[in-house]
Amino acid sequence: MTIKTVYKRPKLLKERLFHYCPGCGHSVIHKLLCEVIDEMNLKERIVCIPPPGCSVFAYNYLDIDMAESAHGRGAAVATGIKRVSPETIVFTYQGDGDLSAIGTAETIHAANREEKITAIFVNNAVYGMTGGQMAPTTMIGQKTTTSPYGREVNKEGYPLKMSEILSVVEGTVYIERTAVNSPKNIKKTKKAISKAFQVQIDNLGFSMVEILSPCPTNWKMSPIESWHWVDKEMVKEFPLGVIKDRIKVKKC
Amino acid sequence: MNKYLISGNSVIAEAAIRAGCQCYFGYPITPQNELTEYMALHLSRKEGCTFIQAESEISAINMVYGASIAGARAMTSSSSPGISLKQEGISYLAACELPAVIVNMMRGGPGLGSISASQSDYFQATRGGGHGDYRTIVLSPASGQELADLTQRAFDLADNYRTPVIILGDGMLGQMMEPVEFHKEAPENLSTKSWALKGAKDRPSKIIKTFTSNPNELEEINWRLFRKYRLIEREEVDYETYMVEDAELIVIAYGIAARIAKGAIKKARAHNLKVGMLRPITLWPFPFKKIQEISKRVQYFFVFEMNMGQMIEDVQLALEGNGEISFYGRPGGVIPTPSEVFRILSRQYYQKGLNR
Amino acid sequence: MKAKVKMKGYIEINQESCKGCQICFYFCPKSSISDSGSINSSGYFSACFSDNSECNACGICAIVCPEAAIEVYRE
Ligand SMILES: Cc1ncc(C[n+]2csc(CCOP(=O)(O)OP(=O)(O)O)c2C)c(N)n1
Ligand code: SF4
Repeated sequence: MTIKTVYKRPKLLKERLFHYCPGCGHSVIHKLLCEVIDEMNLKERIVCIPPPGCSVFAYNYLDIDMAESAHGRGAAVATGIKRVSPETIVFTYQGDGDLSAIGTAETIHAANREEKITAIFVNNAVYGMTGGQMAPTTMIGQKTTTSPYGREVNKEGYPLKMSEILSVVEGTVYIERTAVNSPKNIKKTKKAISKAFQVQIDNLGFSMVEILSPCPTNWKMSPIESWHWVDKEMVKEFPLGVIKDRIKVKKC
Repeated sequence: MNKYLISGNSVIAEAAIRAGCQCYFGYPITPQNELTEYMALHLSRKEGCTFIQAESEISAINMVYGASIAGARAMTSSSSPGISLKQEGISYLAACELPAVIVNMMRGGPGLGSISASQSDYFQATRGGGHGDYRTIVLSPASGQELADLTQRAFDLADNYRTPVIILGDGMLGQMMEPVEFHKEAPENLSTKSWALKGAKDRPSKIIKTFTSNPNELEEINWRLFRKYRLIEREEVDYETYMVEDAELIVIAYGIAARIAKGAIKKARAHNLKVGMLRPITLWPFPFKKIQEISKRVQYFFVFEMNMGQMIEDVQLALEGNGEISFYGRPGGVIPTPSEVFRILSRQYYQKGLNR
Repeated sequence: MKAKVKMKGYIEINQESCKGCQICFYFCPKSSISDSGSINSSGYFSACFSDNSECNACGICAIVCPEAAIEVYRE
């Protein structure tokens, strides 16, 4: 009787316990990145720019070259690397505080310059690392430590939709919003990441995958409740799917 | 060797290109725009080189950081308000031990200030400037020729010590045109940088980072930086002396202020006043020892700056209470004349009874 | 740790990596995973695979496991 391996721990994931909370989407996304980078054979030519945020320790887990950036500056740092070394695949890994608050300018302008870089944008509707403060992506009415009565639009504005904003920027080629809260969505996320990297390999322009990612700790939920909450609440504000795809146009 | 007559800002740009600078990232601000524009004209189309007009000084310095991670010689330039925005990035460069050259053509401050030449950012430049316990090498050119020479030296120092280097000029030096020779040509191939990240090919994966949850690990990083700074303090101090041998009064001034002071000293000498000058060329590391050495013979010092007195604190530290210091400064972008400085200088000279 | 069964598939759960988030409990179509009742060295109640389950090695548990603690095999 032969035994077939259906799923094995990804090769590029270092033998180390994640520091992430139980049920956290970051862990799932790390796993997917390792799988994709391995399957696309990119380890020898890929550099990741992790941010301050819960994923600041990403370097402990992904066995690839990594350079930490200052909060929100990922797209500018990636630009510097990519311009010097165009054959390197450069991607930023950014939280929603990082990419959609402090780093909006860097992101929009890198996209507009059609930088050949990829952003993995982890939207968990809060500032995770600093203890669950309100982010630009926080849901209306959502309670956080800095919106203790729930986010109010007349004071705190609306959930900021970075994928939609970036879709009207000419330099973006591929933008998809996915989630890591179910087997189906996780598979779709993996596909989207591969596609975004392929856009960069083909030198087409800026690509981004926005990933709705559960943060059970700061949402004050059990892991499984938080995975459901993504479907129940977040998806209403942040609909899943391909938001922009100019791959065909760019190729011809 | 050919002589060129171009503005100081262009001199820095040309010298940088000849030093093998491959990447320039900038954002417009007066009085240094000619530097950015020169790079746009001459670097942007050069094989293997990059020029980007960034969306902000913050982005520009972070692009420098990225380029340095990839192993390129990279620089940015700005003037005072823009340099404030770059401080975050400079701190990261220092922490990650990445080379970079940052030019500050200072203007009057605080706030938006004025666009006229000033020396208002001495503290910011020599004390690290950003957050954390770090230093940057600070070079202070005083002429067109020195803009060229020090720019080329800045790239070498940055690479040798893996640290950000600041060229602290001012709006006047940037605008002045003086004949300049470029002594060094761009190295054919710059050595590949051991730290550069381009993917984990034929080696284990590498990380460039500062963040750690372990204070002891960070302490070790700080110790390593500190040992490096000690080495720089020993090896890299540079200064010029001018007519110090018989001087009774020593002017201490740097950059364009030293140029003005030189004019004042010439007038003083014409009146038989024994005045000389020490001009620090490296503001960090500061020539503490040289000042101490001079103070063994000379009692009176006259610090002249185009601010309200910043370098004077380093002079006080150097003198350790020995010697007497007087100060003259004009802040806000006002440029004093040599005659004005001579007037103040000679008054001091007589008040101290040095003519007797 | 290794729980081999007569069925078509089986999984191995790394007890030390498991954080007891129980996501796999929910998604396993055959309800083959449950609380082991024992605490690992990080202080989590880890999950365990029930020996007499109908596991067909669909791999869903491994896909959703945030800790990459599950490996899946088919006989
Ligand atoms: C300039 C600066 N400001 C603030 C911080 C503190 N800080 C660290 S991470 C972070 C935000 C984290 O939120 P997010 O980007 O959403 O990532 P998450 O932790 O949720 O994954 C902040 C504000 C910082 N590191 N640098
Ligand atoms: S705080 Fe939230 S985002 Fe951060 S590790 Fe915990 S669950 Fe994940």
